[in-house]
Amino acid sequence: MTNMPGAANFIEFTYLIATALFILSLKWMSSPVTARRGVRAGEVGMVLAIAGTLLSHDIVDYKWVAIALVLGSIIGVPLGMVHMTAVPQRTALSHAFGALCVTLVGTAEFYLRAPAVPRFMMAVLSLEVILGALTFTGSLMAAGKLQEVLPQRPITYKGQNFVNLSLLAVAVGVAVELVLHPEKVNLFPLIIGIPLVFGVLMIVPIGGADMPTVISLLNSYAGLSAAAMGFVLDSKLLIIAGALDGASGFILSVNMSKAMNRSFSNVLFGAFGQEQVATAGQTEARPVHSATAEEAAAILAAANKVVIVPGYGMAVAQAQHKVRELYDALTKRGIDVKFGIHPVAGRMPGHMNVLLAEADIPYDKLLDMDVINGEFPQTDVALVIGANDVTNPAARNEAGSPIYGMPILDVDKARTVMVIKRGMSPGFAGIDNPLYYLDRTLMLFGDAKAFVGDIIRELSGTHH
Amino acid sequence: MPKMDLLTSLYVFMLAAFIGFEFIRRITPLLHTPLMSLTNALDAIAVVGAILIAGEHKNTFTTVLGVIAIIAATSNVVGGFLITDRMLRMFKASNTKKS
Repeated sequence: MTNMPGAANFIEFTYLIATALFILSLKWMSSPVTARRGVRAGEVGMVLAIAGTLLSHDIVDYKWVAIALVLGSIIGVPLGMVHMTAVPQRTALSHAFGALCVTLVGTAEFYLRAPAVPRFMMAVLSLEVILGALTFTGSLMAAGKLQEVLPQRPITYKGQNFVNLSLLAVAVGVAVELVLHPEKVNLFPLIIGIPLVFGVLMIVPIGGADMPTVISLLNSYAGLSAAAMGFVLDSKLLIIAGALDGASGFILSVNMSKAMNRSFSNVLFGAFGQEQVATAGQTEARPVHSATAEEAAAILAAANKVVIVPGYGMAVAQAQHKVRELYDALTKRGIDVKFGIHPVAGRMPGHMNVLLAEADIPYDKLLDMDVINGEFPQTDVALVIGANDVTNPAARNEAGSPIYGMPILDVDKARTVMVIKRGMSPGFAGIDNPLYYLDRTLMLFGDAKAFVGDIIRELSGTHH
Repeated sequence: MPKMDLLTSLYVFMLAAFIGFEFIRRITPLLHTPLMSLTNALDAIAVVGAILIAGEHKNTFTTVLGVIAIIAATSNVVGGFLITDRMLRMFKASNTKKS
């Protein structure tokens, strides 16, 4: 790395400490009590590693490095200050930036070493830039869909999977050719260009409800490409950071797929929302029971135990702060209020928890699906706000339903179910929800924020 | 060019992956969003590779690539840690909550 072994050893030592701090950072992330310490550990490790690198004698020109570090920090601050509802698209964007960095460094490494690139290094380098490039455009597409600058509905066409997989196969074929004949330098742009196109096409058929899985998967790819970069640069620190990130993304994707009862390939190649849209219209004439805010408030006031089930619709309506007021009003009356959170509620893993924590709801009241499902039979009122498919009993009972087998929140086991909803339109998957036609279900039609506000007003009105 | 010690690197990768699986499996779903932004920030350690590419100044092309790579990764470092901490500050337990 450098002519001066002392300095090189010192740099390696900073990397060693940074690695330890990164691992501790993840360890401390396991509980909300220690999690902020985890962030500190990560920050210290990062500063150490960057400072150590800057001491390297290989660096002959600091001017551009300094300018780039300052520019990156300036861009990073607003990206760290986005509103909590925008966290999913921010996360997708940061996957894109991470992948961009890895792809560019991989490209530079190739041209610095070409044509004499050893076979193993060429193989890892190919993996690095292929994963990096497809993650870059894929994440940009995901961010665009989440920010709604791109259409959210999945776009599918005949032979889509064939086209996509063929493209990927061509890229892999070119990479193999490069491993065997690294002197064919002109082929290199292909293993960047094709994955860039593949990344776009991969996300085209993905709908908003699949975003939690897709973001996790892109997270995993970004980590793996960084680990590949670590192999190329022979940097243990990078291999470890990449492996940790890759593992994290992988676990989250598996969790998300399980929560939707779908396999990875089904998420990536399934394009869920299409065929069911046609069947959604048939059952809309069935009668439902609706209630006013006054009636809803009276039932809530008489309850001992209430479980609120929030979905992405709550975030869209910006109703979380009103929901906190409702939580306060009910808790003040001695009513036990908890929140049931489905793993795929929201647009990324854990999104709903962040939104509710932002609204000052204590985190020990936010319960995971597996925990809260045991409590619904003893629950007086289950209040569903902006969630649909994750409460659909068809996932349990109707073998023919497209979501059959998906784990759901068993709100229909509560004594009374209330659903705040704008109208009877189906949820994201386009599937009718039998929950709405149960005798124990009351439909509260209206905007989530306004309706919760009305309930709070009724509650305080009946109090004095 | 650094010597490639392939087998050691593979061992390191494998062990790190195991540690990652074991630690991350234990993380409560409550914190999965900050987890993702944290690992994203840690992943931006790729910036050290970019710094070397840009700083070595071998030719204009690779320097430009390195500079863009530093900007992209640094924005992840700063933005990632910032938003993770902002999110974690919001998580409060019932008993610490003032009414």
